[in-house]
Amino acid sequence: MTGAVTPTTSRRGFLKAGLATGGALAAGGAAAQEPDPLITEVQPWAQGFGEGVDATPYGLPIDYESDVVRRNVEWLTADVISSINFTPIHALDGTITPQGCAFERHHSGAIDLPKEDYRLMINGLVHTPLVFTYWDLERFPRENHVYFCECAANTGMEWAGAQLNGAQFTHGMIHNMEYTGVPLRTLLNEAGIRTEGKWIFVEGADASSNGRSIPLDKALDDCLVAFKANGEALRKEHGYPVRLVVPGWEGNLWVKWLRRIEVTDGPVESREETSKYTDTLANGVSRKWTWVMDAKSVVTSPSPQSPITHGPGPLVITGLAWSGRGAIQRVDVSIDGGKSWQVARLAQPGQPMALTRFYLDIEWDGSEMLLQSRAMDSTGYVQPTKNELREIRGLNSVYHNNCIQTWWVKANGEAENVEVS
Amino acid sequence: MSRFRDLAIGTVLAVTLGAGPALAERLGLGRPALPEEIAAWDVKAMPDGRGLPVGSGTVADGEDLFSFHCAVCHGEFAEGVDNWPQLAGGEGTLGDADPVKTVGSYWPYLSTVWNYIYRSMPFGGAQVLEPDEVYAIVAYILYSNFLVDDDFELSNENFLDVQMPNADGFIPDDRDEVELPLFVREPCMTDCKDSVEITMRATILNVTPDM
Repeated sequence: MTGAVTPTTSRRGFLKAGLATGGALAAGGAAAQEPDPLITEVQPWAQGFGEGVDATPYGLPIDYESDVVRRNVEWLTADVISSINFTPIHALDGTITPQGCAFERHHSGAIDLPKEDYRLMINGLVHTPLVFTYWDLERFPRENHVYFCECAANTGMEWAGAQLNGAQFTHGMIHNMEYTGVPLRTLLNEAGIRTEGKWIFVEGADASSNGRSIPLDKALDDCLVAFKANGEALRKEHGYPVRLVVPGWEGNLWVKWLRRIEVTDGPVESREETSKYTDTLANGVSRKWTWVMDAKSVVTSPSPQSPITHGPGPLVITGLAWSGRGAIQRVDVSIDGGKSWQVARLAQPGQPMALTRFYLDIEWDGSEMLLQSRAMDSTGYVQPTKNELREIRGLNSVYHNNCIQTWWVKANGEAENVEVS
Repeated sequence: MSRFRDLAIGTVLAVTLGAGPALAERLGLGRPALPEEIAAWDVKAMPDGRGLPVGSGTVADGEDLFSFHCAVCHGEFAEGVDNWPQLAGGEGTLGDADPVKTVGSYWPYLSTVWNYIYRSMPFGGAQVLEPDEVYAIVAYILYSNFLVDDDFELSNENFLDVQMPNADGFIPDDRDEVELPLFVREPCMTDCKDSVEITMRATILNVTPDM
C-alpha cells in the first residue's frame, strides 16, 4: 500500500475526546500502565510508501486540519456576495496569516481579473494622467513589508454585549501578510502631483468599486500598491492581481482589484465613507474619517474554539496584539478578569502596524479563569475596557471596537465569551 | 517614450514635491491616459456637484425604474427587504437604541447617492443605467424620504438645492483629542478592582454558527 494514511478522527473529534479524558491525561509525566501500541506495533507509515513528489503540485493543509478554515456568520449580511468571513485565528500560531484562510470581505463578490486584462489609471490633479499594465508595475523598484489588515467592523458585533462564542468570530476580521509591491508615492510621482492635489480617491475594478478617499499625506507616506502576499501572487479573494495596502488603517481602504487612483482637492464622500465606516455616537452624531486602527489584542488560545484539553499543569496561553499607530511594545495578561496582570512574553519585538504574537506560560491549577489580554503600543496607548469605550462612544458605533476581551475558562477546560464587571 | 516625459512638468514637480519624502526620478513607465479612457472610468461626482453629467429625471419616472431595478432588494417604497438596505425612513432615530440609517436619515451628501447608483447599482448588473435614469431614481429615493414633492424633477442644475437632513451630523475623527488623553497611561498591574462578576454570556444568546 502506497496511499496516504486515512484520517480516522477529525480534529474536533480529538478535541472532544481530549476533553472527556482530561482527568486521565492530567498527570503529566505519570508512568504508563500499558505499552503504547503506537510505539510497540509497526505502523503503516513506518512500513510502506508515502506520496511521491508529483502527487501535489500545489499543496493544501493535510485533511486532519480541515476544520482550520474561514467561516462566515450568515445572519450578519443579506447575501454572501456582499459579505465577510473570518480568519481561524484560534487555530493559528506565529504571526503570518496563510492566504488560504485569511478573511475575505467583498462588496460585490471576488472577481476574476487576469493580469493581461489589468490596467491601473492615475488621473485627476496630476501633470500626466497615466495608465499602467500589470507588467509595468513589476518594473518599478519594489519593497517588502509585513502589515496587518483589520476590518473596521472586527469585534463590531460585541458592542452591546458578549455575542459570538469564538475568537474567530469576535476577532477574525484580520490577517497579517508580507506584501511585495511598489510604494504608492512612486506611482504618483510618475504622474506628477499638482499643487492643488490634497487627497486621493482609490477605486477597484469590481462592480462595487468600493471607492475611498485618502489624504495625500498618507498616500505619500507608506501606502503600497501590492501584487504579492507571503511570497506568492495575491489570491483572487484578496484582490488579484493588485490591491492597495494602507498600513495601520481600516481594511476597507485597502482597495482590491485596484484600477484607479485619482488625485483630488477634497474627499469624494463615497458610500463607504459616509453611510458606512462612520461611527455613530450615543447622541446621534457620527465620527467620520476614523481610519486608524487602535491598539488591540486577544487571547487566541485557550478560547471557546480552542479549549484546554490536558487538565492541570503546564499551559501555554497565547494571542495576538496589534496597533495602527505603531509597534506593540508590551502585552499584559490577566487570568482573574482584570484584577491583576502579568507581562506576557513577545515572540518577537513588535513591528509597526503588524501582528505581534505573545505567550504566557503558566502552571494551571485547574481552577476556572477569566482570561484577558491588554496591548500597549509604542505611543503609550493602552487597550481600554469595553465599558471605557462605551462611556465615550455609546453602543451603536459598530466600528473600531478595540476593547479588552474576556474568555471564561472553566475547570473542565472549555471556554466561553463573557463580559465582566 | 522619453525618459523625461515633459521637462517643464519635471521642473514644477521638483518644487511641488521638494518638501515631501525623497523621491526618485521618474522611470517613464506606463503611458499617458487618453481622454476617452479617463471619461470611461472617472465617473464620480464631487459633493459640490463637479463631475455630474448633464441630465434630469422625475420622481414619476424614478418610481417605475426603481420598481424594475431596485425594489426586489430595497422594497417598492425603499423600505428594504429582509436584510437588504432600507433607503427611506428612520428620521430622528440616530440617537436611539436602534438607529435606522437611510439616505434620508443618515447620508450627508446627495452626490454619494448619485455616485453609488451610477457606478455600482443595480446589484449584480452595475453600470447599465443612463444618467437621466440615475437622476430619476435618486429623485424617487428623495421622494420616498419625503424630501421632495411627487412632481419633483432632479437635474444637474438643481442638484445642490436638495437639503440632506443629516448633512451636519458628522464630525471628523476626534479620538486623538477625546480618547488618547484617557488611554495613553500607565496600566494598573495589581489590585485593579475589588471583585469581578460575569455580567453577560455569549452562550445564553446562542447566535454562534455551528462548527
